[in-house]
Amino acid sequence: MRPFEQIVAEYGPMVLRVCRAVLGPVDAEDAWSEAFLAALKAYPRLEEDANVEAWLVTIAHRKAIDVVRAAARRAVPAEALPERASGAGQPGDWDGDLWAALAALPRKQRMAVAYHYLAGLPYAEIATITGGTTDAARRAAADGIKNLRASYLADSEAEATASTSGAKEGAGR
Amino acid sequence: MMAITEPDASGLFGALPEADEAAIARLHARLVAAAAGAGILDVAYRTLDTPVGSLLLAATEQGLIRVAYPGQGHDTALAQLAEQVSPRILHAPGRLDPVARQLEEYFARSRTAFDLPVDLRLATGFRRRVLDHLPSIPYGSTESYGQVAAAAGSSRAVRAVGTACAANPVPIVVPCHRVIRSDGTYGGYAGGADAKQALLHLEAA
Repeated sequence: MRPFEQIVAEYGPMVLRVCRAVLGPVDAEDAWSEAFLAALKAYPRLEEDANVEAWLVTIAHRKAIDVVRAAARRAVPAEALPERASGAGQPGDWDGDLWAALAALPRKQRMAVAYHYLAGLPYAEIATITGGTTDAARRAAADGIKNLRASYLADSEAEATASTSGAKEGAGR
Repeated sequence: MMAITEPDASGLFGALPEADEAAIARLHARLVAAAAGAGILDVAYRTLDTPVGSLLLAATEQGLIRVAYPGQGHDTALAQLAEQVSPRILHAPGRLDPVARQLEEYFARSRTAFDLPVDLRLATGFRRRVLDHLPSIPYGSTESYGQVAAAAGSSRAVRAVGTACAANPVPIVVPCHRVIRSDGTYGGYAGGADAKQALLHLEAA
């Protein structure tokens, strides 16, 4: 069994990207911390041939849900688990526009996109983690990517166009 | 119509850094603190640059459990700790601060004895009895393998003393370098003959 330090070094950045995509820049670090502490605790019992990515994403998924629930309790005590993540547009270490677009996705789509495109997990594995069928996970990821293209990429293209024309208009200033 | 290449999905996440070293360093420190607080940081380690090379230092909650020379392989030593002690191992220099400080003082010749908790669980039986005897060899002096064998309760086990010294998990701190051949030559050493000579010269100066 490898020293846990190697697990942090090899998979820590991937789990951080997943947490950021699912929770946004602010709550991601709490989920990462809770996930790796839980993983360290359970690590000696992990089977030698286990899929470490899937194991870590499964733990991170549970901690992400905990963080969302805790945030919801803090915000409005009586409110049910929100479908959409809070904190859109908050300043963070990375592009607020991407997070705003991710945050606008239904939670299932956001998770399917993160677990497939950032963690590299197959849809069958994602279905095990999030519940539902493999096909539903595949559809959620496809819909998520389609929605992201429509919102995030359309926005940034419009922005690029706007800044190009703005530069033309602003020439000579 | 202008050709627009449709971005693939990975292009969507360009704003999410693949590796955010500052964030990972922050999170790593937070993990170390939380793990130590929860009592699940079974082995903490760091490296220390010394005149005899970069040393790996590892400690359990009980004390220093491993000092490894570059020639022994730091990764090999960590893999052995994962197998023999626990895989809950993190790079966590804080726990090793007293060890690093005392080693620095030793190499600066301002320290002649180590005052550290040592975890000798990796050595059992006769090897353990050898290691238990070694700290009683004073700084700057030496004993022969035969003398150590007698002190450990088995005067014929001269060869086994050599094996016990070679397998010493905490060289320097438990001074197996002070055990030499009866003809006065240095004999083998876990850190190599040059390191043994350097330590004996340091202590003789």
